Amino acid sequence: MDFLTIIQILDSTIRLATPLLLACLAGLYSERAGVFDIGLEGKMLAAAFLSAAVAYVSGSVWLGLLAGIGASVLLAMVHGLASITFRGNQLISGVAINFLAAGLTVLVAQSWFQQGGRTPSLMGGARFEPITLPFADALSGVPFLGPIYGDLISGHSVLVYMAFAMVPITWWVLFRTRFGLRLRAVGENPAAVDTAGVSVTRLRYAAVLICGVLCGVAGAYLATGLQAGFVKDMTAGRGFIALAALIFAKWRPWNALWACLLFGLLQAIALRYQNLDLGGIVIPVQVMDVLPYILTVIFLAGFVGKAIPPRAGGEPYVKER
Amino acid sequence: MDKMPRWAEVFLVPLISLLLAAVLSALVILAIGENPWAAVKMMVSGALGSTYGWGYTLYYTTNFIFTGLAVAVAYHARLFNIGGEGQAMLGGLGVALACLYLPLPHWLIALPIAAVGAALFGAAWALIPAYLQAKRGSHIVITTIMFNFIAAGLLNYLLVNLMRPVGSMDPATDKFPEGTHLPTLHDLLAPIGIEFSKAAPANVTFVVGLLACLVVWLLLWRTRLGYEIRAFGHSEPAAVYAGINPVKITMIAMLISGGLAGMMAVNNVMGEAERLVMNAVEGAGFIGIAVALMGRNHPFGVLIAALLFGFLYQGGAELALWTSIPRELIVVIQALVILFTGALDHMVRMPLERLFLAFRKGA
Repeated sequence: MDFLTIIQILDSTIRLATPLLLACLAGLYSERAGVFDIGLEGKMLAAAFLSAAVAYVSGSVWLGLLAGIGASVLLAMVHGLASITFRGNQLISGVAINFLAAGLTVLVAQSWFQQGGRTPSLMGGARFEPITLPFADALSGVPFLGPIYGDLISGHSVLVYMAFAMVPITWWVLFRTRFGLRLRAVGENPAAVDTAGVSVTRLRYAAVLICGVLCGVAGAYLATGLQAGFVKDMTAGRGFIALAALIFAKWRPWNALWACLLFGLLQAIALRYQNLDLGGIVIPVQVMDVLPYILTVIFLAGFVGKAIPPRAGGEPYVKER
Repeated sequence: MDKMPRWAEVFLVPLISLLLAAVLSALVILAIGENPWAAVKMMVSGALGSTYGWGYTLYYTTNFIFTGLAVAVAYHARLFNIGGEGQAMLGGLGVALACLYLPLPHWLIALPIAAVGAALFGAAWALIPAYLQAKRGSHIVITTIMFNFIAAGLLNYLLVNLMRPVGSMDPATDKFPEGTHLPTLHDLLAPIGIEFSKAAPANVTFVVGLLACLVVWLLLWRTRLGYEIRAFGHSEPAAVYAGINPVKITMIAMLISGGLAGMMAVNNVMGEAERLVMNAVEGAGFIGIAVALMGRNHPFGVLIAALLFGFLYQGGAELALWTSIPRELIVVIQALVILFTGALDHMVRMPLERLFLAFRKGA
């Protein structure tokens, strides 16, 4: 494996890690506030479809992004309604949202575009174009650092940089602001937050809303950045890999970055090599596909470190009367 | 005192939830420019208008009985088994191994052996999540989701690399030998003079499914183990205080659940395809969630809900065939049923409870 191949694989890792990272951070806000969310997949899918559809019709990828966020936030509010207001089962609500998105996207896509449940291919301004960072061309002649800067760091779409910027921002919001402290408290001990006179309901809705926005960006990136248009079931389990990454990261933003990069790397390798030959031992592509899940199960089992979820996670808060 | 009478609890709440799901589904059909009434008529005639339609409806029903029972049994122990999909996939592997590699001369022998193989493999796939939940406290929902994906990868590998016959491009096993052919409803009903469609895939497994409902009911409400499972589900501390071993109950409930999900493979792999193909389960494991929720986790409720979803599935296939409404309409209906009967249960329940309380005060 030469230097250029490594750069290419890492480059593809960054692209593939971006939707995972956005969805993972989305789940982080929601679950830190005590609302479990296995509907990340569905929200991403809905956002992917609507962003591609609106971007195609309007020709503007930014309108598409907004529409995608809108679709995702709508589903997030359904989740909030079910799990916060009506104190329903958060897991069941997440399952319902995943199926709702899987069905509705194909149904509406078929009704609008008649192309077998997909949107037409996006071109020009309907897609997020790669951005060339300053000096990328000038530095391309420099050995080693040139390709790293020019090919690996530069040349991604704006959403990729946004996703990576969200990591320190999320850290700062959660651990350095009053809102973040309350958000984490509401996921650990909502009764204490309520006693302090802060609305549990409002905080949890805020968390679910942020989760919806980030899932929306993730979905829009899938359909308008990573690929050019929406196809049926295009999230392909990414919402669940993000969930796995979230557990792997012990619900912490910086760890989430490393977990998503690791899972992105696995996807990039699986995409490039059908069967990976490591000096005589051939690793089939299916192993790469399922490795994130296996790693998460091993991690969950507590054999390497322990993943402890927010204590009030999954439980609706009933105010004392 | 209960907040509302039992008949309202058992019939009225699910009925209203179902009605809400139906109204929203009708609105979705309207929104994509089709006529909901015409769609319903086509679904009824396509799924129930002929023995051919019934044959498919009952075939799907059989799948959903098994996956629905699987979710229900786990739910009584307050375990949410989302892994029915993966467990049914592994059940298919068990059926395929039994049918391909064991000498099975007649279906009367093949059926029980394949069923045991399916149940064993399905249960084995539930074993690790069950152990991790019971012993290490890893959340069963997350682990069973992960195991669905791992099952898909495993089957993909086995079918592409190991079990595919030499020279075949298709990622599927060889056809099962003749002796393992299960009689269809046509074969079963012809001797007693009932004409049933020859082409439909409904087979003797439907009868096994009905038996499974009965057995699960007996297990849950007429045995000590069933009592322990339900007690554990109601209150873990109380169950522990009563001397019920939580690790044991968690493991057993999940193994039964996985076994039931695995047994679905007798219907779809052995009864219909007669070979193991990729993605043989086709989401039936997830529909089990909707079926169990709608059936209020009672075996007979599961049976009725499975029939309804069997009808929806066959009706939806007819719609996709004759109109421009894609099959995904069923996925939307399924989602709405899960949403209203599961997650938004309180939304339906709270106003009803208030209504009944008001009546009671007046009386």
